[in-house]
Amino acid sequence: MASGRRIRRLLVANRGEIAARVVRTCTRLGVESVLAASDADLRSLPARLADRVVRLGPAAPSASYLDPAAVVRAAVAVGADAVHPGYGFLSENPALARACADAGVVFVGPDPGVLAAVGDKLSARAHAVAAGLPVVPGGEATDLAGARAVAAEVGYPLLVKAVGGGGGRGMKLVRDPADLAHVLDLAVSEAAAAFGDPRVYLERFVASGRHVEVQVLGDGTDAVALGDRDCSVQRRYQKLLEEAPAPLLPARLRRDMAEAALALARHLGYRGLGTVELLVDRERGTFSFLEMNARIQVEHPVTELVTGLDLVAEQLAVAEGLPLRLRQEDVVLTGHAVECRINAEDWAHDFRPSPGQVRRVVLPAGDGIRVDTAVQGGSVVPPFYDSLLAKLVVHGTDRADALARARAALRLLRIEGPATTVPLHEALLADPEFRAGGVDTTFFERFLGAAGPRPVGVR
Amino acid sequence: MQLSPDDVRDVLRVLDSSGLDEMHLELADLTLTVRREGASGWTVEQRVHREPVLVEDGREGAPEGDRGPGAPPADVPEGLVAVRPPLLGTFYRAPQPGAPPFLDAGDPVEEDTVVGIVETMKMMTPVHAGVRGTAVEFRTGDGEFAAEDAVLLLVRPAGDGATGG
Repeated sequence: MASGRRIRRLLVANRGEIAARVVRTCTRLGVESVLAASDADLRSLPARLADRVVRLGPAAPSASYLDPAAVVRAAVAVGADAVHPGYGFLSENPALARACADAGVVFVGPDPGVLAAVGDKLSARAHAVAAGLPVVPGGEATDLAGARAVAAEVGYPLLVKAVGGGGGRGMKLVRDPADLAHVLDLAVSEAAAAFGDPRVYLERFVASGRHVEVQVLGDGTDAVALGDRDCSVQRRYQKLLEEAPAPLLPARLRRDMAEAALALARHLGYRGLGTVELLVDRERGTFSFLEMNARIQVEHPVTELVTGLDLVAEQLAVAEGLPLRLRQEDVVLTGHAVECRINAEDWAHDFRPSPGQVRRVVLPAGDGIRVDTAVQGGSVVPPFYDSLLAKLVVHGTDRADALARARAALRLLRIEGPATTVPLHEALLADPEFRAGGVDTTFFERFLGAAGPRPVGVR
Repeated sequence: MQLSPDDVRDVLRVLDSSGLDEMHLELADLTLTVRREGASGWTVEQRVHREPVLVEDGREGAPEGDRGPGAPPADVPEGLVAVRPPLLGTFYRAPQPGAPPFLDAGDPVEEDTVVGIVETMKMMTPVHAGVRGTAVEFRTGDGEFAAEDAVLLLVRPAGDGATGG
């Protein structure tokens, strides 16, 4: 929220690599950082990097990183001017934004009203339509008759999506009209249990889609587009590798997508950093609005490498109420960047999670190489949170150069202790279909089937 | 402190022009090793030793991690079989909050009966009884953390002759 107030002391209400990432910008800008850490994270690398650490609560996320009252209490206790929520957890939670405002603390993110508007999938869709964006054909289904009416318009196969879902959660595919009633019932009860909101809507299923997203930054009045990213390499809707810019997009389509993202940001009076997720239909050569993420994203570094910007610094500036510091013509994209997410998972055993002690961390270094991580030798990876250990981000003159550098860097990266997805990325970067560029979201399962690890004798 | 990526880049430039292959730096708060790897590659191994500076927030109670080891692994009474988690994590007895539990004490189990779920790093793994018999007692409650050697459930195995399962 805009404050017209300098941020001198920032509470970082998150953990892992993004906490370390935010602290790094604070150090560079001379902003005092206070990390709000759960009991499981009090001795983590981000806790050692932050100027100070305040206890947030027990290890369980519901009692710490997911508790708005705990975050505001910590912010007030340390006298923080602002709270940076990172991604995930409470980063898009209107209740935290409101509670911060009530406590006189700046929330580094959009206004609560905007968070609510884009957090509800139906409302986000309505705003997208109002801003002139194409959406995937579909609509709300309050009962079976309504669902049948929508289904008649969009055709099969279709997706039943929870209004409160997102990021792939709360989605069901229906191929046969005979299954609609049964899936609808199931979706409604699961949505009520998982999201506390039973509403669902129906959408056309796009068989071959690419996940391309546009990074925007707004100051509440105007907005700039900071290029696009391709996040089509996903397993069960979890992104594994991202790149910027999205490869092999016709120039006109790319420009239309950036314009659409800006139109939505302006329509919302958006203040903050945000991502407009778009689905590119490979067969039709069109795009449609999926959702808007009102926070910094895991994959933001690929945008930073091609734009030369520090997106956390830009977040802090607009949160202070400053107008945008750059015009659209100042945004110049250079080269190509790719990010490999290194997770504590064993891909040879169905991506089995691998928490525990990290013995040693050796990272590649040099021009065009960046590793964002929250682990070092001696770190403990707790079982309570997600499995992201590090992000290898590589910048090259073009896509081929970036991929070659990423392969060379991966060979030098060693995280000893937990099983990691480094071998997965080595195989992925060697895959001909991936190397050709422009894969759709079904690519990764195909790749796993063809190039996946053999459980016996894998080293 | 930690060396920023820009600091590391500066160190690499100096090393590159010096022809040295390795540098080891040891400070009170930080150790850093930079190594030449192959023709053009470099690696960095950095460890921040600085202790976290904890703010006194006046809240009662020690952090969870300082409470010492949890209860020692429970003894398994003779004649019963312990069901342990497939990997460490948070144990749930029901498929979702508010739903009825998979299983109650007294219920019969087969080897492949799901007795609960363990959540590890946001991933859910079903827990199977692994033995045919009768559930006797849950030793780990719903929502409690289970170490790898924790006892989730005690099962009284079915009598002899039931091994064909």
